[in-house]
Amino acid sequence: MDNAKKSGAEALIHSLHLEGVELMFGYPGGAALHIYDAIFNQNYVDHILVRHEQGAVHAADGYARSTGKPGVALVTSGPGATNAITGLATAYMDSTPIVVISGQVKSGLIGTDSFQETDMIGVSRPIVKHSFLVQKAEEIPEIIKKAFHIATTGRPGPVVIDIPKDFTDPDYKFDYSYPEEIKMRSYNPPIKGDPKRISEAADLIESAKRPVIYSGGGVIQNDASAELTELAKLLNFPVTNTLMGLGAFPGSDPQFMGMLGMHGTYQANMAMHNADLIIAIGARFDDRITNDPKQFALGAKKIHIDVDAASVSKIIHADVPIVGSAKDCISSLIQELKSRDLTLNTEAISAWNKQVDDWREEHGLNHSLLEQGPKDGKILPQQVVQSLYKETEGQAFITSDVGQHQMFAAQYYHFDKPRQWINSGGLGTMGFGLPSAMGVQLAYPESTVACVTGEGSIQMCIQELSTCLQYGLPIKIINLNNAALGMVKQWQDMQYGGRHSSSTYENSLPDFIALAESYGHVGIKVSKFKDLEAAMKECISLKNKLVFLDVDVDPNEHVYPMLEAGNAMDYMWLAKDKKTW
Amino acid sequence: MKRVIALLMENQPGALSRVVGLFSQRGYNIETLVVAPTTDPTLSRLTMSTEGDEKVVEQITKQLNKLIDVVMISDLSDSQHIEKELMLMKFTEEHFPKETFEESSIVSNSDGVINVQVVGTSLELDELITTLDSSKPIEIVRSGVLGISSNKDILSIEN
Ligand SMILES: Cc1ncc(C[n+]2csc(CCOP(=O)(O)OP(=O)(O)O)c2C)c(N)n1
Ligand SMILES: [Mg+2]
Repeated sequence: MDNAKKSGAEALIHSLHLEGVELMFGYPGGAALHIYDAIFNQNYVDHILVRHEQGAVHAADGYARSTGKPGVALVTSGPGATNAITGLATAYMDSTPIVVISGQVKSGLIGTDSFQETDMIGVSRPIVKHSFLVQKAEEIPEIIKKAFHIATTGRPGPVVIDIPKDFTDPDYKFDYSYPEEIKMRSYNPPIKGDPKRISEAADLIESAKRPVIYSGGGVIQNDASAELTELAKLLNFPVTNTLMGLGAFPGSDPQFMGMLGMHGTYQANMAMHNADLIIAIGARFDDRITNDPKQFALGAKKIHIDVDAASVSKIIHADVPIVGSAKDCISSLIQELKSRDLTLNTEAISAWNKQVDDWREEHGLNHSLLEQGPKDGKILPQQVVQSLYKETEGQAFITSDVGQHQMFAAQYYHFDKPRQWINSGGLGTMGFGLPSAMGVQLAYPESTVACVTGEGSIQMCIQELSTCLQYGLPIKIINLNNAALGMVKQWQDMQYGGRHSSSTYENSLPDFIALAESYGHVGIKVSKFKDLEAAMKECISLKNKLVFLDVDVDPNEHVYPMLEAGNAMDYMWLAKDKKTW
Repeated sequence: MKRVIALLMENQPGALSRVVGLFSQRGYNIETLVVAPTTDPTLSRLTMSTEGDEKVVEQITKQLNKLIDVVMISDLSDSQHIEKELMLMKFTEEHFPKETFEESSIVSNSDGVINVQVVGTSLELDELITTLDSSKPIEIVRSGVLGISSNKDILSIEN
C-alpha cells in the first residue's frame, strides 16, 4: 500500500502510522467522515471513541505526558473543533506534544458561514505552537511530518492541522510518498548551551553557600531526570520541583524538599527565599512560584536553563542565562564541573542542608497522618492520598483534576519517577483527570492508573466513564468528596469572610456509586475512617475493573502552606490560625 | 522608547495574523505596521514600530522569533538605521498652502482637489501637520514606518 496512489484521508492515516502513531482519540462528524472511512479500512492506527472532544484531547495529552510520545486527537469541524479548544489550551500551557486534526468544511465553502464552519485556525491561534490549514490533498504528508516535528522538538506544544473535507475525498487520489526528513528554515530549536555560560554557571556553583536546584516540567519533557539527579547528587544541593516537575527528582529522596510555590512546602519556599544561588532548570518562574516577583529571592543569583529563550529573563532576571535543552545543558554542566578541581563550600552547604532539615522539622508536611486516625471522626483528604500511596507502593500513575484534591495529591504522594504525575498545572483545567487517565491507561495497560479527583471536577468529564467501559480501562477514580468546590470555598473562607457564594451544591450531588454502576463499573463508598484502608485495598486489587472510590472527607480542610499574595516567598499561611509573619 | 523592528516571514496565509495576534495576546503595543512581499516571493517583510523599554522589546523579539512563520528578525534601533514614512494629503484648492509644498510633491490636481505626497521621518511628518493648522488638509493618510539599517547589515536569508 506504501507507494500506491492514496486519497488525502488514506495519506493522512498512513503518515500517522509512519510517525509511529498507534492510537488516536476522536469523535466523528460530517467534515471528518472521509477520514473515519479511511480509519475503518486499515489496521495500523487504533481509534478510541471518546464521549466529548475535550476528552479526546485530554486523553491524547495524558498519553503524551506519560509516554513522551506525541498524542493525537481527531475531531470534526465546528462544534467538534470548538470542544477541542480547552484541551488545546491545557496542552499549550503545559507544553505537551499533541497533534489535533480537525475536519473543516469543503475549501470552497470556507468563509461562507456554512454548516458547522468555524475558523479553527483563528480560534486556536493563541493556544497552539503552530497550525496548518491544508490547501490541497498532496500537502498532507509533508504537513504531518512538519506537525510532529514541531510538536515534539524544542519546547514542545500542541499543533493543529485543519483539513477541508474535499482534500480527504476518497475519489481523488495522488502519488503518495512520506518525507523522511523535514527541514524548516524558520525553525531551529536550540540544543547546546553556550559553553561560556556553562562555565559561568559552574563558577557560581563553586562559590554558592545557600544553593537551591529548582526544576520544572521542562526536565520531565526533555527526559533529563537522570541528568538532574546526577547533578544534584554530585553537588549535594537541596532540590525542589514545581507542580509540573514532580517526579523529575525522586520524591522520597532526603535531598528533596518537596514542591515549591503557592502550596509548596515550608522548607522549599524558605530555601528559595533565603538562597544565595537558584539553579532553575526547565522552569519558568511563573506567578504561582514567585509570589511578588519584585520581592522574589532578592539575595540569590539565578542560573536559568531553558530551551525557550523567551522564558529566560521574562519574569526574573537571569544572571546566567543558558538557552538549550535541559538534557544537554545539564550534561555539559556536569562535565564542566567534573573537569574542574571542584571546590564547593562543603561546610556552608552542610550547614544549609541542616537549616533545610530544621525547617522541615519545624513546619514540614506530616506524612504519617494515616497512622493518627480520624480527626474529629472525619477522614482527612490527605489521609486518602497517603492510603493510596501506601496501597500502590508509590508506583502508580496518578492523574488529577484541579482543586484541593490536586494539591493534596501533589503534596502527599511521593513521585519517584518522571511522567508518573499528570496534571493540568498551567491552565488548571477541571475535567482533565479522567480523560488523561484514559490516555495513560491505554499506554500502560498493565499499570495502576489512579485519578485523584473531586466531586466538582469529575463531573466535568464524567461522560468518559462510558469510554472506559467500551475499551475496558480499569482506572481507579479516587474521589475526595468534600461536597464543595473546595478550593473556591477555601479562598472564600480566607478572603471573603466565609461567604460561600456558589461553591456548594445543596444536596444535588449524584450517587456516584450508582452512577459508576450504571456505566458497568464498580463503586465503593467510604464514609468512616475505619473502612478507608480496606476499601483502598479492594479498589486497587480489582485489576480489571474501573473502580469509583467515593470518599467523604472533612469538608472544612484547607490546603496549607499557602503563600500570602503580594509578598515574598516566606509569607505563608501554615494553618487556619498560623502564619509566618 | 520607540523601537523599529523588521522581520522576514513566510509569505503564507495566516502568518500575518500570528504576528498581529501575538501583540494583542501579550499586551504589546504596535504603533505602525507595514507588510509587503519581497523580491523572494516566499517571503514577506514586515516593519513595525513599537513603544517599550528594553526589557519589553527584548520579550517582543523573543516571542516573535518563536513564531514558526517568522524567519528572521532584527531590532533596527540597535544600530544606525533609516526610518521613513510616506504621507498623502488631500486639500481643497482654496485651502491649499502653495508656499509649503514644492511643485514636485503634487501628485494630482483635478476637480478642485489637490493631493500631495511627502516622505520623511515620522517626526518630520508630525511637525508638518502641526504647521498646517490654518489650511487644514481634508484627509491625511500615512504609510507607517519603513526601516532599513544604514550600514552593511542586511536582513536576508542569503547570508
Ligand atoms: C474548568 C474550570 N472551571 C473553574 C475552575 C475554578 N476552580 C478551581 S478549583 C475549583 C473547585 C474544584 O472543586 P473539586 O473538583 O470538588 O475539588 P476540591 O477543591 O473540592 O478538592 C474551581 C471551581 C477551574 N479550575 N476549571
Ligand atoms: Mg470538592
